[in-house]
Amino acid sequence: MMVALIVDVGLAILILFVAGWIVAVRSTFAAVIGFVVYGLLLSLVWVRLWAIDIALTEAAIGSGVTGALLLRTLSRLPVEHSERSANGSFRFIAGLFCAFISLAIAMVIVALPEPAPTLAPEASAGLPAVGVGNPVTAVLLSYRAFDTFLEKVVLVLALVGCWSLAADRDWGGTPVLWRYSDPDGVLKFLAQTLPPIGVLVAIYMLWTGADHPGGAFQASAMLAAMWMLTIVAGLMRMPRTNDDLLRLTLVSGASAFLLLGFAGFGIVGSFLAYPPDYAKALIVAVEIPMTIAVAATLVMLVAGPPQRRDMS
Amino acid sequence: MKTAMTLLLARDIFTIVAVTFGAFFFLAGTVGLIRFPDTLTRLHALTKADNLGLGLVALGLLPWADGILALKIVCVWVLVQFSSSTVSQLIARLAQQERPQA
Amino acid sequence: MTSATLFGLCGAILIGLGLFELITDPHPLRKILGFNLLGGGVFLVLGVVARRGAAAGYLGDPVPQALVITGIVVAFSATALAVALVVRLSEVSGRVSLAYASSEQTDSDGAEG
Repeated sequence: MMVALIVDVGLAILILFVAGWIVAVRSTFAAVIGFVVYGLLLSLVWVRLWAIDIALTEAAIGSGVTGALLLRTLSRLPVEHSERSANGSFRFIAGLFCAFISLAIAMVIVALPEPAPTLAPEASAGLPAVGVGNPVTAVLLSYRAFDTFLEKVVLVLALVGCWSLAADRDWGGTPVLWRYSDPDGVLKFLAQTLPPIGVLVAIYMLWTGADHPGGAFQASAMLAAMWMLTIVAGLMRMPRTNDDLLRLTLVSGASAFLLLGFAGFGIVGSFLAYPPDYAKALIVAVEIPMTIAVAATLVMLVAGPPQRRDMS
Repeated sequence: MKTAMTLLLARDIFTIVAVTFGAFFFLAGTVGLIRFPDTLTRLHALTKADNLGLGLVALGLLPWADGILALKIVCVWVLVQFSSSTVSQLIARLAQQERPQA
Repeated sequence: MTSATLFGLCGAILIGLGLFELITDPHPLRKILGFNLLGGGVFLVLGVVARRGAAAGYLGDPVPQALVITGIVVAFSATALAVALVVRLSEVSGRVSLAYASSEQTDSDGAEG
């Protein structure tokens, strides 16, 4: 379709322009804002590639939470005048190297095998046994459930790594998210009105992820955003890092997977296997603690290492 | 038969006109963002894009949506209003503090 | 030239741009931005592979799509750890740079951020 191709070309040109601008611009703050724009444009590309689940995840986590993380980091770094590496010839050689790599990958893209190998028939053939309608959810939570389990562990490991960077005297303290004064109460109003809607949308995305685009990660990013909003507005307190409930929540995602895995050993005979009649119920049952745990981990990752020993 | 066809034609024309006007407001907002001298005036331009531009685009898409989807499109516009107006307030207050002016 | 191939080429150029910023920019936060640009390009290439695998009534192969979703989350956690390291480095050495700070005075506890 001609019009669709024009839209695609325009979108590709826009993304390349924004990416080039991120590389070339002097101010780091502008580069971070450009990165948020880049993430949103990328999610439009995902829609054009008919990968709606990826579009939701990219907009929520890739652009939203990562953008919040980078902006918060900028506020904690000393303002530097960005010095270009003065060596022009080094940049020239690096540019040649990167151009060569781009060219090699472009040649691979053009020479991809036709007809394309695909796992879609096998994925769709196994769907009735799993009981869900969305094949991406089936891949994430049934066929490759082990990868998702390891991803939970990676998230917790990154958080432990972050926390270990605190000074010794601050261990167990409270991370500081933002210090913001809100004399008009505008932020407070938003933080009182938006989170109920956000939590509802998150539950909807989690529930409908079984049969339509959606799923646990998108829902957890939404929950994380709502929680961060209430903390920034001062309506809720950032928990201490040695708070038992927080630590329990953070590990509950991976633990639920482990429990399910070993139960699968006992009932069906192999790790993380689902008994066919209860597959969908078990998937939903493991998605709920997973979503809450990932949401908590996302917020604590943005908040960073604990800063204060006393209550904030 | 004739009325059905004119109705379809009217729906198409309505969508095209509404989305075109919405796109024009977005363009105007972006030109304002680039060309206006300071933060407060740029915020003023952006709120026009958000408010009118997105509203017109949403309005233009409504004839193609059935039932609950139309409600969701309107909800998107209302939620964007919420967050963008709050953020504009906060940015404006910050800009006011940095450069106090009459 | 289908839209999938077009976006694949776009992803290849993004990989080059991200790699260039990762290699040449001395500021650590810009390097992290370049790493994320690079990641976006790689995910685009994976997404093109998924799009080309459209079969059995689906518009895309679901397995690479699940890989990309996992990748986005893992890239975020890597970015979070990296920025925590950069912030800690700036607290200890007083400036944002990967250059060896042997002549700077360092605070053994780390300055309060």
